[in-house]
Amino acid sequence: MALSGIQIYKLLPGGQRPPHPKANCKECGFPTCLAFAMKLAAKQAELSVCGYVSDESKDKLSAAAAPPIRLAKVSSNGHEVAAGNETVMFRHEKTFFHRPGLFLRVKDTDGVEAIKAAVSSADAYLVDYVGMELTLDGFAVEAASGDATAFGAAIGAVRGASDRPLVLMSADAALMEAGLEAAEGMTPLVHSANADNWEAMAQLAKKHQAPLAVCADSLDGLADLTQKIKAAGVEDMVLDPCVGTMAGALSSLTQLRRLALKENFRPLGYPIIAFPGEWCEDTEAAAVLAIAKYAGFVVLDEFSPASIYPLLVFRQNIYTNPQEPIQVTPGLYEINKPGPSDPVMVTTNFSITYFSVSNEIEGSGNKGWLLVADAEGMSVLTAWAAGKFDAERIAKTVKVTGIEDKISHRSIILPGHVAVLSGELEEELPGWEIKVGPREAVNLPQYLKMAI
Amino acid sequence: MPVKIPMEKWAGSVRTVTLGATAADGGTRQHTVTVGGETTLPFLHFEGEIPNRPVVATEIQDRRPDGWSELLMEAWGDRMNDPGDWAKAAEEAGADLIALTFGLTGLDGQPTSAESARLAVRKVLDATGLPVMVSGPGQAEVDNELLVAVAEEGAGERLVLGYCEDRNYRTIVAAALGHGHLVHARTAMDVNLAKQLNILINDMQLPLDRIIMDPTTGALGYGIEYGYSVMERLRLAALQGDSMTQLPMLVTVGEETWKAKESKVGQGVPETWGVWEERAINWEAVTASSLIQSGADIVVVRHPESVKRVHAVIDSMMTANDRGGS
Repeated sequence: MALSGIQIYKLLPGGQRPPHPKANCKECGFPTCLAFAMKLAAKQAELSVCGYVSDESKDKLSAAAAPPIRLAKVSSNGHEVAAGNETVMFRHEKTFFHRPGLFLRVKDTDGVEAIKAAVSSADAYLVDYVGMELTLDGFAVEAASGDATAFGAAIGAVRGASDRPLVLMSADAALMEAGLEAAEGMTPLVHSANADNWEAMAQLAKKHQAPLAVCADSLDGLADLTQKIKAAGVEDMVLDPCVGTMAGALSSLTQLRRLALKENFRPLGYPIIAFPGEWCEDTEAAAVLAIAKYAGFVVLDEFSPASIYPLLVFRQNIYTNPQEPIQVTPGLYEINKPGPSDPVMVTTNFSITYFSVSNEIEGSGNKGWLLVADAEGMSVLTAWAAGKFDAERIAKTVKVTGIEDKISHRSIILPGHVAVLSGELEEELPGWEIKVGPREAVNLPQYLKMAI
Repeated sequence: MPVKIPMEKWAGSVRTVTLGATAADGGTRQHTVTVGGETTLPFLHFEGEIPNRPVVATEIQDRRPDGWSELLMEAWGDRMNDPGDWAKAAEEAGADLIALTFGLTGLDGQPTSAESARLAVRKVLDATGLPVMVSGPGQAEVDNELLVAVAEEGAGERLVLGYCEDRNYRTIVAAALGHGHLVHARTAMDVNLAKQLNILINDMQLPLDRIIMDPTTGALGYGIEYGYSVMERLRLAALQGDSMTQLPMLVTVGEETWKAKESKVGQGVPETWGVWEERAINWEAVTASSLIQSGADIVVVRHPESVKRVHAVIDSMMTANDRGGS
């Protein structure tokens, strides 16, 4: 947990009692130790510029500077999935940073050919969502057979079909060792250490420099294990609270996040792996819970486009930074292949505004030209109030998009909320007829039906 | 090592609101539905009480709708031809509530009249014993005309009348006051607007336990994150003791998701979107189940399969064992 300026001050020369001989020496470039402490708290200065901080204070300051949820990474062939470093319970407080990795589970009992086929199609899956290309992140390979050769062969089959990172799943250290050998050259997640096998698993994780998932069915048990494993020299861990229901998952994952963020409880300050397929028959709803409520790695048991597409979109939506409205590029958008006589409509470049409008036109089967003005990512009313969506900007959009060359009429439909701009827009666009459309996008199809 | 679970000490709680009235209370519903009453965030059974489950309402219209997805037309079939029959079908499909909405026009293209609205509500009330919500087409003058007639027709039934919006709430609130109903207060994804409208409605002497607030949402992929976060913020405000936010929340998931191309259209879409029907129902069910996690007490859906799906999710969330274990 970050320290306040005053807390930092007490660790600096000027804050010691009795004062350190070098209190307020100004050598750091700040007038007093307190001023320096404030800059440190604001992360606008580096502690290293002060030469008189005791080692004990340095340890305290660096421990406090460590993120409350340690980052864990798995990687292979240039692909990387990182989880951790989260700072808030609710996305509106700041943002969620690391989109949880979505992994598809295969078992070594599925057979090499079936694994290849399943992994190839899941690996190739790529869906375009508002210009972003969304994919799965990797695969989890489970040693269900209990046979080291079969496990190694399954991992080989997965690697033959995909370059993406892996989670290796076995509670048997000998099998895990075989798995790690088959995964040579990548950094997989080792799943998992438990109360019985943790020593051997910790050794393997250390040897292969791979993060280690730790599994226990109570938070007490988890905290015990992570401390023992840390003492054995493994720093990068992932928590598996072994839950079996949706309500249990929500409770455990919320408690873990609170302990890390609010209590700065180091033994549980690690990202979480979730297996939503084990929580509820409705695997999509369970995966949604895992994504929204704090999992860093999510292992799915089924793959079908109709199921993965909504999950990828949901993850994208929840991990959008609420402080930065998503914008679409201003310009001319053609909806349902419009012709020269089809209507011209204008709106702003706030993504939700754009998608509401384009979705209504598109969904209703109407054709149209949609002009998207650069309103700095604001919605129609907000942009109008802020002076970012006025007659001048709309006229400029008409001119720069070259819409005039594509249509045979001179008529433009304004959003109903800015009907007040009609007069000014007539002056800016001589020869154009300015029409006032509905206030809400939802009424556009009906408006277009009546207008045509 | 023993880990101390961090608990929040919430100062406030959500009000309980009862929809529908049985004969004992001057209505004709077979049973009522009570929502709200939470003393903690959604489903944190280890921290507080979740005395009432979230519920699922099924949206029906006063006549066979125009422009609904073919999937919905197939799912309800001929039963959409009559609002009473449709309500009965919705009840059979497991709905907790019926949400009747009126279109702007009838099948003949004429504007929906107060008389036909009255008739539709009567049919629904006669066909089902579930509590009923009724909303107009969302145009102030039409809403007012239809809802006043509906309020009279369903006097004493504790219907939920919608939509009260910032520019148009007085007539509907007066109708609710006059005939013993509740109101559906709708605002555009903003905490302060939601709060403000509750204050305005309450200023007209409608008690807060007769208001359901609808902060609105976007569908999955179309702004769900805005609705999701506004609902989280409203619920946090309620638990922190802000009385004008301490109302159960409703979201019209079906109305939003079935506008999305992902749900509505089966042809001319990317292959990566997957099988149409499966995707469309996932779209509605995923939107609904995520908004239940952010605090929705009532979700209004359109597809019968979504009702089952969301119920299963609610069952799972209400299984109050803290850990689950596997």
